Amino acid sequence: MKSLAELAAIREKMKNNVVLREGSGQTRIVVGMATCGIAAGARPVLNAFVEAVNEAGLSGNVTVSQTGCIGICQYEPVVEVFEAGKDKVTYVKMTAEKAKRVVDEHIKGGKVVEEFTIGSVK
Amino acid sequence: MIRAHVLICGGTGCTSSGSDKIQEAFERELAASDLASEIKVVRTGCFGLCAVGPVVIVHPDGTFYSHVTPDDVPEIVSEHLLKGRPVKRLEYKDVDETVRDKVNVSLNDTTFYKTQKRVALRNCGVIDPENIDEYIAMDGYQALGKVLTEMTPDDVIKVILDSGLRGRGGGGFPTGRKWMFAKASVSDKKYVVCNADEGDPGAFMDRSVLEGDPHAVLEAMAIAGYAIGADEGYIYVRAEYPIAVHRLEIALKQAREYGLLGKNIFGTGFNFDITIRLGAGAFVCGEETALLTSIEGNRGEPRPRPPFPAVKGLFGQPTIINNVETFANICQIILNGPEWFASMGTEKSKGTKVFALGGKITNTGLVEIPMGTTLREVVEVIGGGVPNGKKFKAAQTGGPSGGCIPASLIDTPIDYDNLIAIGSMMGSGGLIIMDEDTCMVDLAKFFLEFTVDESCGKCAPCRIGTRRLLEILEKIVDGKGELEDIDRLEELAAYIKSASLCGLGQTAPNPVLSTLRYFRDEYIAHVTEKRCPAGVCKHLLSYSIDPEKCRGCTACARVCPAGAISGSVKQPHTIDTAKCLKCGACIEKCKFGAIIKK
Repeated sequence: MKSLAELAAIREKMKNNVVLREGSGQTRIVVGMATCGIAAGARPVLNAFVEAVNEAGLSGNVTVSQTGCIGICQYEPVVEVFEAGKDKVTYVKMTAEKAKRVVDEHIKGGKVVEEFTIGSVK
Repeated sequence: MIRAHVLICGGTGCTSSGSDKIQEAFERELAASDLASEIKVVRTGCFGLCAVGPVVIVHPDGTFYSHVTPDDVPEIVSEHLLKGRPVKRLEYKDVDETVRDKVNVSLNDTTFYKTQKRVALRNCGVIDPENIDEYIAMDGYQALGKVLTEMTPDDVIKVILDSGLRGRGGGGFPTGRKWMFAKASVSDKKYVVCNADEGDPGAFMDRSVLEGDPHAVLEAMAIAGYAIGADEGYIYVRAEYPIAVHRLEIALKQAREYGLLGKNIFGTGFNFDITIRLGAGAFVCGEETALLTSIEGNRGEPRPRPPFPAVKGLFGQPTIINNVETFANICQIILNGPEWFASMGTEKSKGTKVFALGGKITNTGLVEIPMGTTLREVVEVIGGGVPNGKKFKAAQTGGPSGGCIPASLIDTPIDYDNLIAIGSMMGSGGLIIMDEDTCMVDLAKFFLEFTVDESCGKCAPCRIGTRRLLEILEKIVDGKGELEDIDRLEELAAYIKSASLCGLGQTAPNPVLSTLRYFRDEYIAHVTEKRCPAGVCKHLLSYSIDPEKCRGCTACARVCPAGAISGSVKQPHTIDTAKCLKCGACIEKCKFGAIIKK
C-alpha cells in the first residue's frame, strides 16, 4: 500500500461488509420467511432485496431481515417496509424483479409502489 | 450476496467451552441448507459476557444467543436464518423483564451492556480479528495515516497529553508525558515496547484486546514510534496466551503485506516494524525494567530507576513501554480528538477502563466503563449482583499489588486517585468480587503466596520480607497467632514497601495492609478467639452434629473420607473431632442442616 487513497478504497469496499453489524438501520425491509413464504419463493426475494440495497449503496441505513409467518399465506411472498415516522407498507406476491423496483422507487425514490401493495392486489 | 452475519465468540473463554465446534457446525449446517452464500460466519474476539458463553450473535437483527452448543446449531439455522424466527429458548435472559420480553434481544439492550462505554474494546466481538480488511472498514489505520501525513511528532504528543490518557497497566502515569520524555532523549535508535505480560490472577483485559482487535495495538505502536522517533517495536506477550499470540502473528503478517508496517509507510519515509517476544510466565516480567531485561535475552530481573526507560531502556536506548489497553485507546484519541476522550471520566482520570470481572459475581466477564462509575453500578447492575443470595463483602482491585474495597465504600467512584485514597489501586483492571463466605485473612495469605512464588529474589526486602509476612499469616490462620503478630505484620509491611527494588515488592504488602485497614476485627478474631468469622480457615473450625436435627440417615457417615462419623441408623450421629479432616463433605450431603461448622 502506497497511499491513503488505497486505504480509503479498502475501507469503502469493506464498509458494506461490516455495516450489517452496526445495529438496525432507520429503514427495515422485512421478508416473511415461514414455510409458506419459502414455498412461494421468498428466498430469491430476500436475496434480491439484499443485493438491490447494496447496489444502491443504502446498506448503512436500510436493514433487510426476515420474519416468520405474517398470517396472509395466500399473498406470500409478503414483504413489509418500516420507515421511521411513516406507516408500514405491505407488499404482497413479491418476486425478485418486483424487489428491485421497490428498492429503486420506494426506498430510494420515496414513492410507494402502489401496484404491489396489499391494497391493490386482490 | 451476504444478508446476515453469524458472529461467534473466539475469545479464550468461549473457545475453551467449545466455540470452535460451534463454528464448524454452522459452516456444515449452512452448507447443507444451501445458505452458505447468503450467510457469513465470523469468528470474533470477546463479547465480554463470558459467564454465559459460548456466545453467538446474529446480525442484522443483533439477536444475542447464550450457552450455545453444537446441537443447537441446526435449529438456529433452520428456524432463525432460514425462516426468520429467532430461537427464543437460546436468547439471553436478561434480569430486566422488559428486555427479556422483547421480540428480539439485542446485545446493546441488555443490562450488562447498556451502561458500558466501549473504546478500547470497540472492535472486540464486532470484527474478525484475523482479517485486516474488517479492521480497516472500522476506520483502522486511518489514525496512522492522519498522523504520518498531517501531524508532526510534537502534535501527536500534544494530543495524547491533552486527552489526559494515563497508563492502563497499573501505575497510571500520564502517557503523553512518557512519550514526551522519550522524544526529548537524543539517540539515533529508540524503541516502542508493548507490555502484554498480563499476570495478575483473575485479569484478562489485555488478552481480550489482543485476541479481539490486534491491529489496534499494532497501529498505536507505529503512531508511538512516529511520535518519539523510533523505528522498532517489541510486543512482550505471555506464552500462556496462545490465541492472542497466534492472532498477533497473523495481524503482523497482514500489516506488513499491506505496507502498513515496514519501510516507507504511506510513502512518507517513515519506517516501523514490530517483533513479538514471548514471556515464560514470570510475574515480575510485567515490571517494566524486568521486562526489558527479559527482551534483551537475560533473566527477567528488575533494575533500579532512574535511569528511567525513556532515557535508558531497551538495549540501553530511549524506550517507551505502554500497556496493551493504553495502546488500544490511542487511535481513537487521534481520530476523535483529545476533547472527546477528556469528556469521559473524572477530573484526573479520563476515558474508560476495562475490568475483568470475576469471583462471586453473576456476570463474570469483561466490562468497559467510563472512569468514575461507582463500584455499586459495576457490581449490582452490570455484574448482576452476588449470586446465591449472598451479601457483597468486598472487591479486590489490582490483584496481588492492590487492595480491597469494603462494602461500606461501594459508592466510591472508580478512578486512579479515589482508589489510592482508600488504600487500593486501579492496577491493570482485575476486579475480584468477594461475598460473605470469604475470609479476608485467607485472602491476604493467598496473594502473599503468589508474591512469594513470584518474587525474583534479587533484593532482600522482597525475597525475605514477603516470605516472613506469609509465615506470620500462616501462623494466624493456623490458630497460633498472637496480638503482637498483627503489629509485626504492619511493621514488616512498611519496611518491604519502602525498601524493595521494584513495583512487585513495593506493592506486595498491599493486600495485607488493606485487609488490616478494613477488616482488622477478622484478624483479631483469628488471634484472640481462635475463630474464623467467615468459616474458611480449617484449623479454626470444628464440626459437630446437632442431635435435635439429625435423623440418622447415615448419609454423612458414608461420605466422610476419614471415617470420623459414627452412629446407628435412625439415631443421631456424632463426629470424632480428632479424626475429622474438616473437608466439609458431610455438610454438602446432609439434607437436614444438622451439621454445624464453627
